[in-house]
Amino acid sequence: MLTQLGEGAKLLAGGQSLIPLMKLRFANPHHLIDLNFIPGTSYIREDLGALHFGALTRHAQIENSLIAAKIPILCDCAAGIADVQVRNRGTIGGSLAEADPSGDWSTVLMTLTSEVRCLGVNGERTIPVSEFITDAYTTSLAHGEVVSEVIVRHPSERSGGAYVASKRTAPVYPTASAAVQLTLEGEVCKEIAIALGCVGLMPIRAKDAETTFRGQPITPKSVAMAVEAARSAAEPQSDMRGSREYKRELVGALVKKALQAAVRRARGEHVEVSHIYA
Amino acid sequence: MPEETQKVLIRVTVNGKEYSREVEPRQLLVEFLREELDLTGTHIGCDTTYCGACTVLLDGGAVKSCTVFSVQADGGEVLTVEGLEKETTLHPIQRAFSDCHGLQCGYCTPGLMLSALQLLTDHPNPDEKQIRKGIAGNLCRCTGYQNIFKAIETAAQAMRIPSHGH
Repeated sequence: MLTQLGEGAKLLAGGQSLIPLMKLRFANPHHLIDLNFIPGTSYIREDLGALHFGALTRHAQIENSLIAAKIPILCDCAAGIADVQVRNRGTIGGSLAEADPSGDWSTVLMTLTSEVRCLGVNGERTIPVSEFITDAYTTSLAHGEVVSEVIVRHPSERSGGAYVASKRTAPVYPTASAAVQLTLEGEVCKEIAIALGCVGLMPIRAKDAETTFRGQPITPKSVAMAVEAARSAAEPQSDMRGSREYKRELVGALVKKALQAAVRRARGEHVEVSHIYA
Repeated sequence: MPEETQKVLIRVTVNGKEYSREVEPRQLLVEFLREELDLTGTHIGCDTTYCGACTVLLDGGAVKSCTVFSVQADGGEVLTVEGLEKETTLHPIQRAFSDCHGLQCGYCTPGLMLSALQLLTDHPNPDEKQIRKGIAGNLCRCTGYQNIFKAIETAAQAMRIPSHGH
């Protein structure tokens, strides 16, 4: 259908971004194809060491899923997106395909081994999330291709992750956010991924911060050094949500919170993490 | 030039009654409720998926009806504020909003009551955090939320069915 209708056609998933964008005339599709009536597109399944999310799985389903809870950072994300009403409609596939620089899912998924399954007229392909998002509001989806599934591999033993976002009120996008996923060996960080959200045109992997922390024992000093390196990796822009300087400070504080929660979870502690309102 | 929009026949059950209407595909659910069915209890506030004044239940889940197309509700069930009352008896949530002064101007009230209904269906005995989270998508510019809070706590008590000895 997408191929038939041409470039003016758009896919409608949860509609919680696209419908507001259409009202503001930022989006002006000639045709809308509603995916919501296609059966079998909304599911959460576990097999072969991975979790599978149908493209039209709602944030609320993930928030309340016992299967998704096996990777706690996913629930941190799902439970904090906008508000109940938006989480009841909005979908993981739609959120990724929109690639809003302030979207939550892409930031979180970049810290995990995760892939997007895409379906097109020429068949199926699987793209790592880090390669799926190519720029602000831009993905490597071809016209005529659609996201069918999001796949997240189980992290190894003694792993923990956390996602913390700071928002001014529930319905808005975060001002900044941080996702940390790590693996411990004894009390030393064996592996770590840190991603920063809303402080660049797309989520930023704080590679220097990861290198700084990898192989280090968990101490206030090693955490402080990683936070400092993560702060330097941010490329925030001033806007109505805050100045560049403020966002840089904020994202550092969020990395610290997420890192500390991730360490505790990796040790097997139960830690509740939620969005922060400022 | 886009051709003239073809209307689409939809069937939606609203407050227990089934309606069939031919609507434009671009029509929003809130417009369908207010303009086609004359159910003006559902309010349009911001019209940008922010304020929650237009909240209704669609197939049991709270949604912002300004951000759902009418055609997407085809075959579905909608509950609006008009459907809360049973004959002439107010729903416990309505009673509690009245008793606790949970409203002033009343503009946000229908949306808040529907969000409260979903909250109390999912969590019959909600703690403070759950209440705050449950109504985070509904803005009130009058009350400062404290009385809305009290109203939801009061309604929760009223709605809990007495247990039968277990």
